[in-house]
Amino acid sequence: MIEFQQVYKTYAAKGREIQALKPIDLEIPAGRIYGLIGHSGAGKSTLLRLINRLEDPGGGRIKVAGQDVTQLNASELRAFRRQVGMIFQHFNLLSSQTVADNVALPLKLAGEFSRQQIRDKVQRLLQRVGLEDQANKYPAQLSGGQKQRVGIARALATDPKILLCDEATSALDPQTTAQVLDLLNEINRELGLTLVLITHEMDVIRRICDQVAVLDAGELVEQGPVSEVFLHPQHPTTQRFVQEAEQMNEEKLHEDFDRVEGRILRLTFKGETTYEPLLAEVARQTGVDFTLLAGRIDRIRDLPYGQLTVAFKGGDLEAARQRLQDAGVHLEELR
Amino acid sequence: MNQFFSNIDAYQIWMATQETLWMLGGSLFFTLLFGLPLGVLLFLTGPRQLFAQKGFYAILSLITNILRSLPFIILMIVMIPITVLITGTSLGVAGAIPPLVVGATPFFARLVETALREVDRGIIEATQAMGATTKQIIFNALLPEARPGIIAATTVTAITLVSYTAMAGAVGAGGLGDLAIRYGYQRFQTDVMVVTVLLLLVLVQLLQSLGDRLVVHFSRK
Ligand SMILES: Nc1ncnc2c1ncn2[C@@H]1O[C@H](COP(=O)(O)OP(=O)(O)OP(=O)(O)O)[C@@H](O)[C@H]1O
Ligand SMILES: [Mg+2]
Repeated sequence: MIEFQQVYKTYAAKGREIQALKPIDLEIPAGRIYGLIGHSGAGKSTLLRLINRLEDPGGGRIKVAGQDVTQLNASELRAFRRQVGMIFQHFNLLSSQTVADNVALPLKLAGEFSRQQIRDKVQRLLQRVGLEDQANKYPAQLSGGQKQRVGIARALATDPKILLCDEATSALDPQTTAQVLDLLNEINRELGLTLVLITHEMDVIRRICDQVAVLDAGELVEQGPVSEVFLHPQHPTTQRFVQEAEQMNEEKLHEDFDRVEGRILRLTFKGETTYEPLLAEVARQTGVDFTLLAGRIDRIRDLPYGQLTVAFKGGDLEAARQRLQDAGVHLEELR
Repeated sequence: MNQFFSNIDAYQIWMATQETLWMLGGSLFFTLLFGLPLGVLLFLTGPRQLFAQKGFYAILSLITNILRSLPFIILMIVMIPITVLITGTSLGVAGAIPPLVVGATPFFARLVETALREVDRGIIEATQAMGATTKQIIFNALLPEARPGIIAATTVTAITLVSYTAMAGAVGAGGLGDLAIRYGYQRFQTDVMVVTVLLLLVLVQLLQSLGDRLVVHFSRK
């Protein structure tokens, strides 16, 4: 578990102080994928880099597995960093070294392994990320997705317990992004690693994260399970991220409202209810008519969900509401 | 044709070529030996780098700049006492090497510093995140990544040294430059001048193409 207690960070730039991170409290549970989302300059990278102390905090405590990492001396810090892997937006591979040598580097630096051990380990890691036949190529000969796989293999070399991902998919096309996210998902599942993942795309959060924190101008404005934050965003910044991800256009939707009669509700289904013929059943039993205005059925990590904007007309609306609520559907009144 | 080259003494030219090569080889060796660490030090203590040391960097930087701005011929004369102290003579190949090294080391160190600055910061960061010591970062990441740049710097330095050796010839160091000045210039033996200049040109060309080849070989981008 990673714990932030009143951690803040200021940078001095040209005599001015930039408050990159206001005092923040945060708990990142072990073994989960934790997402950090925010606009450019929100302080995401700063927060992430505090975890492995690439940045020193201005104040506060950062605890990893109970250990206060702000108190580590230089050699303790190096040992600690070996338990924390990191991958980057621009991969940061050594262009002068082959794929195999890049993956071998953390093992070489650790200085505890024989050549044979390193060779075996590198081979296993490359197999794990599906690059066993690229071992002798140089990074420049690989595609972006392949480079990030090398980055992942390298980050896993010292068997870390935590993997930090700074915009790991932001330089990749959508299909490659999906593949890399799948790989990260597998790694979390199979190795039980804690992943902390930065992004500015809500879609990345929705696909693989369990929990999410939203950063806005150095402040933590919202946090919680992705299913909560994504389906019921509270803060305007979060709402905007969700709308972007859902390709929702609130204005157009409100124009549509004028063209239908009756009450308008947003229904949110989670889990198995998503697949039940609930809406039709309720309509039949209570005599309400309904018009679908907008909607999406998808998954949040593994959780199926549906969110529908529906106009109801006639019949017994109160009874319909009651039945939907009894079935576990969340209702939000829009008009 | 024969008449034009009447003053050419093949043995003399061969000896002078050897002297030039010795001066070049010797001074290049020591320039790399001192210049590489100095370049690394300049880089590390520079602004916003791993060991940023404002005052130290400023002083080091100033010394480097002073040595670089001193005309080589003056450096040679100023250095005579020190040269004699080190090598026992201020003449010949041995007498030429100390001023050549002092002249070329700051130049090479600056080029090394620049080559190291070209290395992507992200690479240093990634290596730090692996738990590397500063020494490991230098030897396992910075130097290998800057290798093509350092080879190019070595090429430029070697070629600069060739022209310095020619100047050193003017004050008794021997070599092709000495020949060009004593015979070609002072005795109006144009043919000697042409041959020595041609030999120097061939040397420069060889160094450049060797350097370029190595850079290409070690560039994986
Ligand atoms: N080394 C630094 N020196 C001065 N200011 C910095 C430094 N690093 C970051 N900042 C400032 O701190 C703030 C937060 O930066 P940070 O890199 O954490 O943002 P981010 O959320 O990761 O943004 P992006 O999405 O663009 O990567 C920004 O205003 C940035 O300009
Ligand atoms: Mg960032």
